[in-house]
Amino acid sequence: MPADGLLAASWLLIALPLAGAAVLLLGGRRTDRWGHLLGTATVVASFVIGLLCTFQLAGLEEKSVGVDLFTFISAGSLDVRAGLLYDPLSAVFVLLITGVGSLIHIYSIGYMAHDPGRRRFFAYLNLFIAAMLLLVLGNSFVALYVGWEGVGLASYLLIAFWYTRPAAATAAKKAFIMNRVGDVGLTLAIFLMFSQLGTTSYSGVFGSVGTLAGGTVTALGLLLLLGACGKSGQFPLQAWLPDAMEGPTPVSALIHAATMVTAGVYLIVRSQFIFEYTSDARLAVAIIGTITLLMGAWIGCAKDDIKKVLAGSTMSQIGYMILAAGLGVFGYAFAIFHLLMHGFFKANMFLGAGSVMHGTNDDVNMRHYGALRKAMPVTFITFAMGYLAIIGFPGFDGFWSKDKIIETALSQNLTLGLCALLGAGVTGFYMTRLMLLTFFTKERWEPDVHPHESPKVMTVPLMVLAALSLLGGLVLLNDWIVTFLSPVTGEAPHEDPPLPALAISAIAVIVVAIGVALAWFLVGKREVSRTAPEKVSVFTAAGRNDLYGDAFNDLVIVEPGKSFTGGLAAFDRGTVDGGFEGTGRALSGLSGALRLAQNGFVRSYALSLLAGAALVLLALVVVNLA
Amino acid sequence: MTLTWYLVLAAILFTIGAVGVLVRRNAIVVFMCVELMLNSVNLTLVTFARAHGTVDGQIMAFFVMVVAAAEVVVGLAIIMSIYRTRRSASVDDANLLKY
Amino acid sequence: MTQTLGGGETVVFWVLGPIALAGALGMVLSRNAVHSALWLVNTMLSFGVFYVVQEAPFLGAVQIIVYTGAIMILFLFVLMLVGRDSSDSVVETLRGQRIAAIILGIGFAGLVGAGIAEATRDLPVTGLDGAQGGAGNIPAIAELLFTRYLLAFEVTSALLITAAVGAMVLAHIEREPGSRRSQKELSRARFLTDRPGTLPGPGVFARADSVAVPAILPDGRPAEDSLATGLEPQEPDQMPRPTGREQLGSPDAALGTLDPAPLDPAARDGGDR
Repeated sequence: MPADGLLAASWLLIALPLAGAAVLLLGGRRTDRWGHLLGTATVVASFVIGLLCTFQLAGLEEKSVGVDLFTFISAGSLDVRAGLLYDPLSAVFVLLITGVGSLIHIYSIGYMAHDPGRRRFFAYLNLFIAAMLLLVLGNSFVALYVGWEGVGLASYLLIAFWYTRPAAATAAKKAFIMNRVGDVGLTLAIFLMFSQLGTTSYSGVFGSVGTLAGGTVTALGLLLLLGACGKSGQFPLQAWLPDAMEGPTPVSALIHAATMVTAGVYLIVRSQFIFEYTSDARLAVAIIGTITLLMGAWIGCAKDDIKKVLAGSTMSQIGYMILAAGLGVFGYAFAIFHLLMHGFFKANMFLGAGSVMHGTNDDVNMRHYGALRKAMPVTFITFAMGYLAIIGFPGFDGFWSKDKIIETALSQNLTLGLCALLGAGVTGFYMTRLMLLTFFTKERWEPDVHPHESPKVMTVPLMVLAALSLLGGLVLLNDWIVTFLSPVTGEAPHEDPPLPALAISAIAVIVVAIGVALAWFLVGKREVSRTAPEKVSVFTAAGRNDLYGDAFNDLVIVEPGKSFTGGLAAFDRGTVDGGFEGTGRALSGLSGALRLAQNGFVRSYALSLLAGAALVLLALVVVNLA
Repeated sequence: MTLTWYLVLAAILFTIGAVGVLVRRNAIVVFMCVELMLNSVNLTLVTFARAHGTVDGQIMAFFVMVVAAAEVVVGLAIIMSIYRTRRSASVDDANLLKY
Repeated sequence: MTQTLGGGETVVFWVLGPIALAGALGMVLSRNAVHSALWLVNTMLSFGVFYVVQEAPFLGAVQIIVYTGAIMILFLFVLMLVGRDSSDSVVETLRGQRIAAIILGIGFAGLVGAGIAEATRDLPVTGLDGAQGGAGNIPAIAELLFTRYLLAFEVTSALLITAAVGAMVLAHIEREPGSRRSQKELSRARFLTDRPGTLPGPGVFARADSVAVPAILPDGRPAEDSLATGLEPQEPDQMPRPTGREQLGSPDAALGTLDPAPLDPAARDGGDR
C-alpha cells in the first residue's frame, strides 16, 4: 500500500547519513573539528525518524508500505524502479541499525578522539549506515544489491581504516575478495530471477515464484545462500571475518558483529517466499548454519586475542540465526529475534572489549589482562551483562532467543538441534574463559600499562547496550515480536516439541552450566601463563589457525588459480604472442632479406628493369606466337 | 631487302645501348648509351612512318629529339654538380640511397 | 604495294648498318670516354643518312646538326670538364652484373628481333608521297606540327626553357658575396702557418728520386712531410738501384762538387760546424 505521512519521507532515513558522508568526505579538513558531531547527528536523526515510522506502521492495518521513488534502470523489458518497502522486517532492522549505530557513533567520539583520521572514520561509518539502510529498505533485489555492495565497500574502507598497517590492508582485501565470491552468487540469483520471472522486486518474485520448476527454485535458493555466506562469514566463506578485526573496534562492533554480517540472515528471511518452495535449499541453509556455529565456537575456544574470540562467537551466533532461518516458517521470526538480541549484546561486548583495549594501550592479548574488574568497573559490569546474555543466562537476551532456536531445531531436526545444544555449551565455555582471563584471575599487565576506566562518552553507550542486553528479551513477551513479524515471515503452524519447552530450557541451561564450570576448572583455577603454551592439542592448534580455512582456500582455490593463470599467461606469451610476433618476425626477416636488393647501385636497378622488360616481352611473344 | 631490316637493326642497337647502361660506370658514357637507345627508337619511328605512309612518326621522332636534348642538358648538369661534390663521375659512387 | 626496297637503298643499308653497329659496339666497349663519344658520333651520322634515305630529310638534317653537332659536342665539353682521363677500370664491382647484362641483352635482342621480324614480315612500303601531297617533307611536317601537334609543340618549348633554367641552377656555384678572399688575405693566411713556402717535392736535394726518400731541407734535415703518409722513409744508399747507375757511380760522385750531406741531423750537429 502506498505510503502517507512520515512513512512517505522514509527515504530521509537513507538520505541523511548519505548526506553526512558526502559532507564529511567532500568537505575535507575544514570539517575536522565538527565532522564527528555531524556524523553522529545524522544517524541519531535517522533513528528518530525510524522510530516514528515504526510507530506509524504499528498503527496501520496492512503492515507493508511501499514508497516509489524513481526509475533506476530502464532497458528493454528490464524496468527497475527504485523504491522502498517499509514493513515489520525492515522496521526491526532500521531500528537495530540506527539505534546500535547511534550508540556506536557516540562511543566512537571518545574512542577515536585521538585519531587523526576521525573525520574520515565518521564519513565511512555514515556511508555504511546509509548503505545498510538501503539494503534493508529496498523493495527489490536490485536495490538490496546496491546496498549490499555499498556495505561491502564501507566494510572494506573501514577494515583498512589504518591502511598503513599491512595486516589491516591485507585483511581488507581479503574481506573484499571473499565477499565478491558471495556477491557472485547473489548476482547470479538476480539474473536468474530476471531471466525466469522478468522481475526482481520482492512483490513480483513473491507473486510468480510458484510457477518455477523445482530445480530452478532450489538453484535460486542455493545462490542466495552463497551470497548470504559471503556477507555473513558462514562456512565455506568464513575466513575473512576473524581477519576483519584489524579495523577499529567500533567497526567490529557495528559492522562485523551487529549489523552488516547479519545481512545474510536478512537476505534469507526476506527471500522466505523462495525458500518456502524448496526444502532442499532450506536444509542446506540449516546445515551451513550448524557447521558454522560449531566452527565459530571452536575457533573462539582457542584464540587469545579478545577480538578474535568475539569474532569467533559472532560467526557462531550468526550460525544460529542461519540455522533458524533454515528451519523455515518455524524459525524465521526466531532468527530475526536472535539477530536483534545478538546485535545488542555483541555490540555491547565489542564496545566493552574496545573499552578494555582503550585502557590497556590497545593490547588485544587476553593473556596480558587479568583482574581488570577493579580498574574498570563500569566496563566490567556492562560486559558481564553481555556475557550473561550470550551464554543464555536465564532472564537475559540470549536465554530467550537462543533457547527458542534450540527448541525449534530440536523439534524440526534432532541432529541439528543437538548440535545447536552442544554449541550453546561451548559458547558457555569460551565466553567464561574470556571473562575470567580479562576481568578475574591475577594481574598479567604489561609493565607500562595502567588500566583506567574509559570516559563517559564511551561508557554511556555501554550502559545503554547493557540494559538492552538485559531487557531486550521483553519483546518476546506475549510473543509480540513473532506476531509483529508474521506479515513477513508467515504464521508457523503449532507443533509440539519433543519435550516440553520448559524442559528444553532447563537442559540448555544445564549444558551451558557444564561449559561454564569446565572453563572455571580449566582456566579460573589454574595459573595463566603470559605466553600461549606451545605444546597444545590438535584441536587447539586447529582453532588457533581458524580451522585451517586459509590453508584450505590456498590449497583449493589460490594455488590452482595461480597455476591456471600461470598456464594461461604462458599460453598467451608462447602461443598467442608467439604467433603474432612470429608472423611479424618472419615478415621482418623477409623484408630484411629483400632490403638487400636496395643496394644503392643504380645499375642493379637498371638490370632488374631490363629483366622486367624482357619478361613482358617474352610474355607478349609467347602469347602472340603460340 | 625489306623494311624489317631497319627494325631489326634498331632493336639490336637498342639492346646494345641497354647493355651499355648496365655495364658502363662512367655516368657520361651511360648517358651516351641512353642516347643510343633513343636514337634507335627514332629509327623505328621513321621506318614505321614510311611503312604506313604518314608523317606522324617523323613528328614523334622530332619530339623525341627535343626531349632528348632537354634531358641531356639537365642530365649533364646533374653529372657536373655530382662531380663537383664527389670528385667522381662513376654511377657506382652515388649509392648513398640504400638500405 | 611493294615490300622490297630499291637496290641503292639496299647498298646504303648494308654499308651503313654495320658501321652503325660497329659504332654502337665501340661506344660500349672502349674504355676511354672520348673514344666512346666519337664512336657514338659514327652511329649517329649513319642514322642521319638512314633518315634521309627513308624519306625524312628534315629529320636527317636535324639528326646531323642537332644531335651530332650540338649534343655530342656538349658531351665532349662535359667530358673535358670532368676529366678526360677518367677512364673506367676493367674490373666489374657488382658481382654478376656483366654476365647478367650480357645474357639479358642477348635474350632481349633475340626476343625483340624475332618478334619484330615475325610481326613485320609483310610490312608494305607505302611511302610518304600520298601523305605529303607533293609539297615535300618539310612543309608536311610543318603543317602537322602547327596544327595537330601545336599544343605538344608549345609544351615542348616550355620543356626546353625549363631544362635550360634547370641546367643553369644545377651547374651554378653559389658563393656568398664577399666570401672570395683577396690575394692579401691569402698570403697573410699562408704566412701564419708553420711553413710559408711550398712543400718540397720528394727527393729534393736528395741523392735519389724515389718517393720513399724524404726531401732534404736547405739546412740538410730530412723533410718528413715531403713523404706520403704510410711510407717508410728509406736511406738512399740502401735502395736498389738500376744497374746502369752503378756503373756511373753515385750521383754525388758524378757531380763531385757537393759534400755528401749526412741524412742524420744528429750526426751533423755533432760536427765542428
